Amino acid sequence: MSALSQIADVVAVACLLAGAFLCLTAGVGLVRFPDVLSRMHAGTKPQVLGTLLVMVGGAIRLHGLAAAWMLLLVAAFQLLTAPVSAHMISRVAYRRRHVRRDLLLVDELRDAEEGDGVNRGDEPADGPQPS
Amino acid sequence: MTVVAVIAHALLGSGALLALVRLARGPSLLDRVVATDTLLVIISASLAVHAALSRDPTVVPVLVVVSLLAFVGSVSIARYVGGMLLRSEREGRE
Repeated sequence: MSALSQIADVVAVACLLAGAFLCLTAGVGLVRFPDVLSRMHAGTKPQVLGTLLVMVGGAIRLHGLAAAWMLLLVAAFQLLTAPVSAHMISRVAYRRRHVRRDLLLVDELRDAEEGDGVNRGDEPADGPQPS
Repeated sequence: MTVVAVIAHALLGSGALLALVRLARGPSLLDRVVATDTLLVIISASLAVHAALSRDPTVVPVLVVVSLLAFVGSVSIARYVGGMLLRSEREGRE
C-alpha cells in the first residue's frame, strides 16, 4: 500500500512539475516572440497541456471524488473554451493588421480579402446591422 | 515535498512575472489580452499546485471561477475590439 501510494505521489509530482514548466515556457514565449499570433501560440501552451497535467496531478494527490470531478470540469472547460477565444483573438488580430506579414509562410486570407470589405460572414453580428 | 513545492512555485512565479512583463510592455491591446489569458491560466495552475501539494481541496471551486473568468474576459475584449474595427472601417469608407 505504501509503495503504491509512493508511486502515485511520484507520478503526481511529475505531472505538477511538467505543468509548472509549461507555464514558464509560456512566459518566455510571451516575452520573446514577435507578434500576436506567435505570442498566442506560446501563451496557449499551458492552457491545454499544462492545465491537463496539473489537473491530473491534483486529482491523484487529492483523495476524494468531489475534488477530482471538479478538476475534470475545469480541464473540460479549458478544452472547450481555449479554441473559441483563440479563434476570436486571432481573427481580430489579423483584421487589425497586428500580424507580421513578412514572417508568414502561407497567407491564404490576403487574396480573399481583396473583394469584399469587412463583412466576410463569419458570424452575423460582425456584419453591418440592418438599420 | 518541500523541494518540489519550491521548484514548482518558482517555475510558476517566473512564468507569471514574464506574462506580467508582456502585459506591461505589449504594444497592442490584443497582446495584453493574450498575456492576461496566460496569466489567469498560470494563476489557476498555481492554485491547483498549491491544493495538490498541501492536499487541501478548499481552493478547487476557485479554479472553476478563474477559468470561466479568463474565457469571458478574452472573448468580450475580442468582440469589443472587433466592434471598433467595424466602426472605423465603415467611417473610412463613407
